[in-house]
Amino acid sequence: MRVPPSAVLGLAVTAGFVCLAVFAPLVAPYPYDSAMGKVWEDPSPAHLLGTDMIGRDILSRLIYGGQITMLVALGSSLLSFGMGSFLGFFAVVRGGWVDQVLSRIVDIMMSVPTLIVALVLLSILPLSLSVLIVVMGVLDSTRVFRLSRAVAMDVAVMDYVEAARLRGEGQSWVIFREILPNALTPLVAEFGLRFIYAVLFISTLSFLGLGVQPPLADWGGMVKENKDGLIYGEVAALVPAATIAILAISVNLVADWVLTRTTSLKGGRGA
Amino acid sequence: MPDSLVLDISGLVIEATSYPPGARPRDVTLVHGVDLKLQRGRVLGLIGESGAGKSTIGLSAMSYGRGGARLTGGEIQVNGREIRLASPAELRALRGREVTYVSQSAAASFNPARRLMDQVIETSVSHRYMNRRQAEDHAIGLFRKLGLPDPETFGNRYPHQVSGGQLQRAMTAMALCPGPDLVVFDEPTTALDVTTQIGVLRAIKDAIRDSHVAALYITHDLAVVAQISDEIMVLRHGRMVEHGTCDQIINHPREPYTRALVSVRALNHVEKPPEPAIVRIDAVSARYRGTQSDVLTDVSMDVAAGQTLAIVGESGSGKSTLARVITGLLPPKSGQVWFDGRTLSRALAGRSRRDLREVQMIYQMADTAMNPRHTVDTIIGRPLQFYFGMKGAEKSHRVAELLDQIELGSDFGKRFPAELSGGQKQRVCIARALAAKPKVIICDEVTSALDPLVADGILKLLLKLQAEARMAYLFITHDLATVQAIADKVAVMHRGRVVRYGAKGDVLTPPFDDYTDLLLSSVPKMEIGWLDRTIKLREAAQ
Repeated sequence: MRVPPSAVLGLAVTAGFVCLAVFAPLVAPYPYDSAMGKVWEDPSPAHLLGTDMIGRDILSRLIYGGQITMLVALGSSLLSFGMGSFLGFFAVVRGGWVDQVLSRIVDIMMSVPTLIVALVLLSILPLSLSVLIVVMGVLDSTRVFRLSRAVAMDVAVMDYVEAARLRGEGQSWVIFREILPNALTPLVAEFGLRFIYAVLFISTLSFLGLGVQPPLADWGGMVKENKDGLIYGEVAALVPAATIAILAISVNLVADWVLTRTTSLKGGRGA
Repeated sequence: MPDSLVLDISGLVIEATSYPPGARPRDVTLVHGVDLKLQRGRVLGLIGESGAGKSTIGLSAMSYGRGGARLTGGEIQVNGREIRLASPAELRALRGREVTYVSQSAAASFNPARRLMDQVIETSVSHRYMNRRQAEDHAIGLFRKLGLPDPETFGNRYPHQVSGGQLQRAMTAMALCPGPDLVVFDEPTTALDVTTQIGVLRAIKDAIRDSHVAALYITHDLAVVAQISDEIMVLRHGRMVEHGTCDQIINHPREPYTRALVSVRALNHVEKPPEPAIVRIDAVSARYRGTQSDVLTDVSMDVAAGQTLAIVGESGSGKSTLARVITGLLPPKSGQVWFDGRTLSRALAGRSRRDLREVQMIYQMADTAMNPRHTVDTIIGRPLQFYFGMKGAEKSHRVAELLDQIELGSDFGKRFPAELSGGQKQRVCIARALAAKPKVIICDEVTSALDPLVADGILKLLLKLQAEARMAYLFITHDLATVQAIADKVAVMHRGRVVRYGAKGDVLTPPFDDYTDLLLSSVPKMEIGWLDRTIKLREAAQ
C-alpha cells in the first residue's frame, strides 16, 4: 500500500496534535490558567509563542485548549454519526411513514441555521462540556442522516438485502450486517470532514461566548480573548486561529486519502 | 478498391494493471499476440466467453484501450496506416470517420437529453465531412434502410421515445452515417429480446452488405455470429483458439474448445411423468403500487413436486413479477398461492419461518445477490444458523458438505464474493438456497448472465441436485435452449398472461398459437442461413 506524501503529512500533523493533547500535562511548559509573564509578550525562549492578554503562556494554553477542542469535536461527531447513521438506516429499512416522519423532521431542523439554534439552546441550557457535546452532536446528526440514508438507499435495493428479507431476518441483522458494512466506507471518509466542522463549530461558539467557558482554554475562546490585541498590532489572536486552520487541513488530507483508497478498492477512482 | 485490406492487426499485445483487493497492483496481459486481417465488405465474428478479450481487441481497431487497458505491442494498421502509436490528432481524424463503433447498450450510450438526429449526425458534421443538411438526408436514408418507422421524422424523437430495438438500429445508423471503412459491432443484440433481435440482426446484415464496409462483429453467441459473418475467430483468455470461415467453424470445428461452444446448446432433459403439485398459483392478478395497469392478469399454474416448471417470455412479460408474488414481496391484487397443502400469506410479513425456509430464491446477478463484505462461510452458514440454529463445528461441517455438493472445495469458505468467478458465485448462491432445505427454489434467469459453457455447468448441477433432494424448480428464463435443457413443464407468458401452458413436449410441438410461434422461431439456430430462411418464411406468410 503506497501512502501519498500529502496523506503522510496529514497523518503526521494530526497525530502530533493528538499526542500533544493527550500528554498535555507532561508537555505543556506552564499551567493553562496562571499568569506567567507580562501582558502580550513577544515570543521568547521563556514563552515560545508569547503571552496572552493577562500574561498566560499561549503555547501552554494552546496545548490544553487542543485537549478540550478536540475532545468536544470528537464527542459530538461520534454522537452525530451514531445517531444520524442509525436513524438514516432505520428510515430506509422501515420505509413508508417512518421514513417520511424522520426525513421531514430533519428537513425542518436543516432549514433553520444551525448556529442560531445552537445559540438559543445553549443560552437556555446549563453550560457544561457534555451539554455542548450533545447539542452539537444532535444538530450535526441531520447531515449524517441525509448522507447515510442516501448511501443505505443504494445498498438496500441490492438483491442480497432482499435475500435477507426473504430469509426472514430481523431489522437489526439487515441494518448492522447487510447494510452497515457496505455503507461504512463513505461514512468513514465523511467522519473526518464532520470532525473538522465540529472543530470549527465549537470554535465559533466559544468565540461568541457560549462554548467553553473561562478559565478553561479552547482555541476559539483564545481568539476571542486576544482579538482586541489585533488593534495594537499584537498577533496573539492569530496563533490559535492558525492552529485551527492547520488541524483542519491535515485532517482533510487524511480524509481525502481514505476516500480515494477505499473507492479504488471497489474499482472506482484508482490510486 | 474492392476487397482492399482495411484492418491489419499483427502480434497485438494489450496489458492492464489490476488492483486485487488487499494486494499490490500488478500488470496483467489481456491479449497475447493476436493477428487479424479484414477486407472491405467482409464481416469477421469475434467470439468467446467474457474475459476472452473480444471487446478489447475490437476497440484496439480504434487504438483505444478501455478502463486503463494499454496497447503495448504489435501493429495495428487501418487503411495501411499504423495507428497504435498515433497522435491524439490523428486518432480524432480516424475515430468516427474511418472506424466507428456500435455498443451493446444503446440505451446507456445515447444522451437522453438530445434528439436522435443530432446524435446520429454528430460525428459526420464535426469531422466536416458533410454539412448538416447533407448529413440529415444521409441519416434519413439510413433510417429507411434499417427499417425504422417514419424515417423522415424518426430523428426528431428523444432516446426514451423509441424501443430498445429501434435504438439499437439508430446506433447502427450513427455508426454508418460518416461512411466509415470499418465498423466495430460490440454485442449489438445481446441486450434485446429474441423477437426483437431477429429484426435488428437482419437490419445490420443488410446495412453492412449495402454500404460495403468491413465489420468486426463481437458476440458470445455463436448462433448469432453464424448468421452474419463470413469468418469467425474464436478467442479464449486473450489468445486465438481457431480462425476459419463461418462454415468451417460451425460445421467442422477443429479445436476441442470450439466443439464445446458449438454443441453447448445440445443439453436435453427428458421430461418426468406428472406428479402432484406442490405450488399452485390460482388466478393471480397483480399490479405495482401507484400504477393503474395489471402486470399479471389471471395467472394460474402448478409446480409439481420434484419437477421443473419453466416460465418463458420476453422482458416485460411479468415473469419476475410472478416470482415476487410467490415469495410475498408483492402481495397480489387477487388470487392465491397454495404451497404444500396450505395457503401462503399474501405478504412477506405474514409468513411463518417454515414458509420462508421452504421457498428459496436464486437471482440472476450473483454479484448483487451476495453481500460483498461477507465470506462464503457466512453466506452459506447464515441460513443454517437462522433456520436450524446450527453453531460451531456442526455448522462448519454442514457448510463444507454444501460446498462439496456444489462442486467447490471447502477452502472456498474463506473467500469473499469478489474472489470468485461468475459461475462460482452462482454456485454459492445455489448452496445458500440449498442450505435451507427448501421444497421449491425459484430460479430467476440464473444462467443468463453467464457464459454458455459455465451456464451448462450450472444447469447440470441444478439437475443433479434436483435428483438428489427432490426439490421443485420454478425456472424463469427467456432462453429456450435452457428450457429444453431443464424443464418438465413450460408456461409461455406474454404481457402478463399465460398464453400457453403444459408439458414441455406439448408446448414446444406445433400447432402453436401466434406468440409462441413467433418466440420459438426467433431463437437463432446454430445453422448458417437460418436468419435468411426465417425472414423469407415470415415474409411469405404475410
